[in-house]
Amino acid sequence: MRYRVTIENSSEIYPCSEQQTLLQGMEQLGKRGIPVGCRGGGCGVCRVQVTSGTFSKAKMSRSVISEADVSKRVVLACRCTPTSDLSISVVGKMERALSSEHLIQTEDDVSVAAVG
Amino acid sequence: MAFKGVLRPGLIQIRVLNMGEAINHYQNILGLNIVTTEADGRVYLKGWDEFDHHSVVLRQAESAGLDYVAFKVDSDDYLREIEPRIVAWGLEVDHVPAGEQPGVGPRIGFTLPTGHRIELYHQIDMAEDHPGINNPDIYQRRPEGMGASRFDHLLCYGPNIGKAREFFCEVLDFYQPEKVDLPEGDGSLAIWLTASNKAHDIAFVEHEEPGKLHHVAFLLQDWNEVGAAADIISINDVSLDIGPTRHGITRGQTIYFFDPSGNRNEVYAGGYTAYPDHPVRSWDFDHVGKGIFYYERTLNDRFLTVLT
Ligand code: FES
Ligand SMILES: [Fe+2]
Repeated sequence: MRYRVTIENSSEIYPCSEQQTLLQGMEQLGKRGIPVGCRGGGCGVCRVQVTSGTFSKAKMSRSVISEADVSKRVVLACRCTPTSDLSISVVGKMERALSSEHLIQTEDDVSVAAVG
Repeated sequence: MAFKGVLRPGLIQIRVLNMGEAINHYQNILGLNIVTTEADGRVYLKGWDEFDHHSVVLRQAESAGLDYVAFKVDSDDYLREIEPRIVAWGLEVDHVPAGEQPGVGPRIGFTLPTGHRIELYHQIDMAEDHPGINNPDIYQRRPEGMGASRFDHLLCYGPNIGKAREFFCEVLDFYQPEKVDLPEGDGSLAIWLTASNKAHDIAFVEHEEPGKLHHVAFLLQDWNEVGAAADIISINDVSLDIGPTRHGITRGQTIYFFDPSGNRNEVYAGGYTAYPDHPVRSWDFDHVGKGIFYYERTLNDRFLTVLT
């Protein structure tokens, strides 16, 4: 089963299967928007807030995701798999990098897609 | 013996989120051998070319990262004599009794101004499964996976790395083979420190958050083994960071990748031979890309921000 994932910050949309993490789904298609770090739930750079939809999650490092985060549906994209269509917004640690380099690259992708 | 005092980083305890996944990674991918699993759940491993009982300790926890690194010293006398010097420099020293880790004698521990816990020990049993001694063959058994031969060094991120340099060089008689200067002032962004002939036993990068781990490195024999390690990373879908490539700093040939809990590992070969009388090699801030990744000549975001 494949679901539709929307990254709100960049309006990027990509398909992601329930066998893949949200981060894998994005990376595999060469999409950008969520910062990619360790891919193992340890570093916290892939923090996202799930604004709609359902998902299942694996263990995440406590030092980067608190219980309060989880209750606000703030999770690590590398440890969550979709169980419905999802909307997410990128939050946290790497917003700095996102607002400069990554977002520009993302916009490039979007404009290329729009032209193509 | 010209080589005295601190010998090498001999033990490292790493926190992992899931022990089963971690064992698969450190045993089957890196190729370390499991020595023992103890009642508290910690798992002890070693590389095929290490004589000591173990070198890597995995502990399952709620957060990934580094518990501590412990340096082996040449004698019990040194361990006794160094303690008051550490205290006089301004660090509080605590004592870990013999047997807290299987096969390991008493240790002393303290926390650096960078937030990292460092320990020193002398006594450790010889491993049952050790490299040959009498008419030794090059190895006893072909190693698994990447065949990492030993725990080699680590890179720590934290504040006050200038103080860490002062401590290691003035108290523990390390020296500094290489450094990266900050764009302004006379501080360093990054320092490489050694107690031996290796270009680094431990390195630090200046960073706000204390006690962070950048990577734990394991030794390979040559560039061919680094290539074979890259094959193993792809075959097993291991999370790759960067490489195979080379460092300008230390000149080591390298790949960075992540364990299943997000702790960065490195496998590393080559690098120059360091001596305490050599000049400190230094890199200007605007050349740091080439210093870190000699072929790419640019730093990636991940190198500076992805830590456990
Ligand atoms: S990429 Fe490191 S926690 Fe997700
Ligand atoms: Fe390294």
